[in-house]
Amino acid sequence: MDIYSRRLLANRIGIGLSMLAMFVGLIALLWILFTLFSKGFAALSWDFFTQDTPAPGTAGGGLRNSIIGSLMIIGVTTLVSTPIGILAGIYLAEFGETSKFASATRFVTDIMLSAPSIVIGLFVYALMVATLGGFSGWAGSVALSLIAIPVVVRTTENMLRLVPSSLREAAFAVGAPRWRVSINVTLRAVKAGVVTGVLLAIARVTGETAPLLFTALNNQFFSTNMSQPMGNLPVVIFQFAMSPYDNWISLAWGGALLIALLVLTINVGARIMFRSKGNL
Amino acid sequence: MTETSLSNQDVQPAEEVALKVRNLDFYYGNFKGLNNVSLDIARHRVTAFIGPSGCGKSTLLRTFNRMYDLYPGQRAVGEILFNGRNLLDRKQDVNLVRAKIGMVFQKPTPFPMTIYENIAFGIRLYERLSTSEMNDRVEWALRKAALWDEVKSKLQQSGLSLSGGQQQRLCIARAVAVRPEIVLLDEPTSALDPISTAKIEELVDELKSEYTIAIVTHNMQQAARISDYTAFMYLGDLVEFGVTDQLFIKPQKKQTEDYITGRFG
Amino acid sequence: MDAAKTINQIASLVPDVSEPVDIHAAPTKAFRRQDMIFHRITLLFALLVLAGLFGILASLAVEAIPAILEFGPSFFWSNIWSVPDDRFGARIAIYGTLVTSVIALLIAVPVSFGIALFLTETCPTWLRRPLGTAIELLAGVPSIIYGIWGLFIFAPLFSEYVQPQLQKALGGVPLLGELFSGPPIGVGILAAGIVLSLMVIPFVASVMRDVFETVPPVLKESAYGVGCTTWEVVWNIVLPYTRVGVIGGIMLGLGRALGETMAVTFVIGNANRIATSLYAPGNSIASVLANEFGEAAPGLHISSLFALGLALFVITFVVLAVSRWLIRRGTAKQGI
Repeated sequence: MDIYSRRLLANRIGIGLSMLAMFVGLIALLWILFTLFSKGFAALSWDFFTQDTPAPGTAGGGLRNSIIGSLMIIGVTTLVSTPIGILAGIYLAEFGETSKFASATRFVTDIMLSAPSIVIGLFVYALMVATLGGFSGWAGSVALSLIAIPVVVRTTENMLRLVPSSLREAAFAVGAPRWRVSINVTLRAVKAGVVTGVLLAIARVTGETAPLLFTALNNQFFSTNMSQPMGNLPVVIFQFAMSPYDNWISLAWGGALLIALLVLTINVGARIMFRSKGNL
Repeated sequence: MTETSLSNQDVQPAEEVALKVRNLDFYYGNFKGLNNVSLDIARHRVTAFIGPSGCGKSTLLRTFNRMYDLYPGQRAVGEILFNGRNLLDRKQDVNLVRAKIGMVFQKPTPFPMTIYENIAFGIRLYERLSTSEMNDRVEWALRKAALWDEVKSKLQQSGLSLSGGQQQRLCIARAVAVRPEIVLLDEPTSALDPISTAKIEELVDELKSEYTIAIVTHNMQQAARISDYTAFMYLGDLVEFGVTDQLFIKPQKKQTEDYITGRFG
Repeated sequence: MDAAKTINQIASLVPDVSEPVDIHAAPTKAFRRQDMIFHRITLLFALLVLAGLFGILASLAVEAIPAILEFGPSFFWSNIWSVPDDRFGARIAIYGTLVTSVIALLIAVPVSFGIALFLTETCPTWLRRPLGTAIELLAGVPSIIYGIWGLFIFAPLFSEYVQPQLQKALGGVPLLGELFSGPPIGVGILAAGIVLSLMVIPFVASVMRDVFETVPPVLKESAYGVGCTTWEVVWNIVLPYTRVGVIGGIMLGLGRALGETMAVTFVIGNANRIATSLYAPGNSIASVLANEFGEAAPGLHISSLFALGLALFVITFVVLAVSRWLIRRGTAKQGI
């Protein structure tokens, strides 16, 4: 075999393997989605949304309490992490050009973006659960906020840095103070991008299970009291999937499908929004 | 360097002075962008700054409203006297400077809000007006910028929906709305088509009855058409400054003559 | 207030610019104060973010003190984890964490490289965006989904079809055979590593694709110009050029894998021992925490779990810090 055909062969093998990788990756991921949909849809019913989680060994039941619980915990998380994340992001973009403190904060947010979420659960347990007398929805929201905030901080900063300096200068040129320039002009110019960041953060925390295990815990009954342990989808999925009861396992699949759909919808929505309005 | 030592007659028009610049040096880090510039800007007149790219004309304009303050590492040394106070004084409030000395940029920079809000934004910073007073003021500013008739039916649309020329006039209206004493124009027509350019030039001519105007332009014909005084700058030096007609017809310096006759730059 | 009002009256319909009252002076004084407040508020929130990290480190360390005092530093390599005896050591969990992550990367890195190569070099243009988006969306699928799929779908099939075949093929090989010995029960270290790899592939693939895209087209074109094949361009130009960023992406995947809880806990088998065989069930730090923390009695058990958490946080912190540094360096160099 001459050099030329050897090279061609190596090329074919390499490219072939890369296509195989793409194929295998896609198949595996499609497989996961397919089982999720088939098992999950089988579990969805009227009862699924209107009944509360069943006691061990009882038939039927639904996930109403944990759906409501999840929505409340995520709602509070959004309300807490959006302003904190945006303001910290503004600091990094506006005042953080040169300071050591800002680069340290930037470094920390980058790390926190991928830090093990279960450790954040431990932290909030030590901070709130052990000291304030028990598991609560509030503790769950704090844990999720610690995960959401870095996402919001980084997208806000990155978006603000995309604002052309001429627009900032123009705002300063009418005599506006810095905070008005930031809030009314630059932040407004990247509104779509910042909202995208918030949506991505919500998507990120929606499926987080580990930080809720020792904070919000779980609650078999319907409750809207955030100071009490609170039912939530991820923890219910975890407990039910590991259980020996068939109806629990089926509910776990339904819950998993619900979460996956929610996360995918938010992600797709964020993308569409950013694409249509993201340009300055 | 010897050419920067201008005589007093050169720097002082025989008119009321709005802005008095004395011995101004400017630094980008270690690089010196302006060398010992001194000149007077006459009140209610148009002063044009011309010169090849990088000559310091925009830099000079940006010292008048302390725009360089936004960037660490840039600094100005010397005096710019405005209403008897040195603008470069560290204690000088920069927002106050910018409210009194408005600026319009090379590229149109409408804020990401409605046309109405673009004007009202600056006004609200300094004055509390009732809705009807505000409406009147917005109309007044848009009329000043000769834009009212074109936008009066769509005040609630985004400022970004206007054409380039309209956007630039919106920016002029926005600058005027704050009621400054001086308006700085930094190559305001370089991104515009000839028709829009003509409209802006006309506007400058009208505005000078009430405002002092300093305009940077790379277009010598434009300077000749609209300005009362012209400053020619080169490599950070103010080479020649005088009444526009005289400067163009009978330049005193060889460099000026070379530039305006197109021998370089 | 009153002053402002009188000014308004003067400034009625057509404001007179030559009017003597200075309308601008009063507000600018307020602006200075507002800007100072604005600076402090945003600074405060940035501080809060920074404090979060130190809070996590500090609280884990404080809670871990009793266990470390009791067992000494040998806690981190002792292989006893016994709740009834109240004796704890981290080796089993650290071993499980590292081994599952290594398996995950052994699978994920070549597959991700293939995917990134396909997406940047050989994929038809019209497919590039949809496939790229699909990969990014999959990176967002919650890990609990991978876990539940691993437990109910993957593990049974794995034990029935794959594990016996692997055993048959490799069982005779000395040393290597040991790794695939024991009953093929599906759940275990190997299954956890494979499920984990599926979870990190989208992450690593999208980072790799992003760094591959930073290669200046001229560079590739000149290589094609001298007659290189696609494979040669990727292997000799793209990969050396993006080496730093690629390693950063792999480290990012490693950071994710080390700390992952749900994808692992479902399929690792949850047994507190170290076996030679990868088929055997084990435990990772995250899975121990997920399983035991909720029911742990206060005292040494809880404290030991905190010490495990601390170990996990420190390990991932180092990995993520290195990955960030590499990705930064990688993309900075490429900013031509």
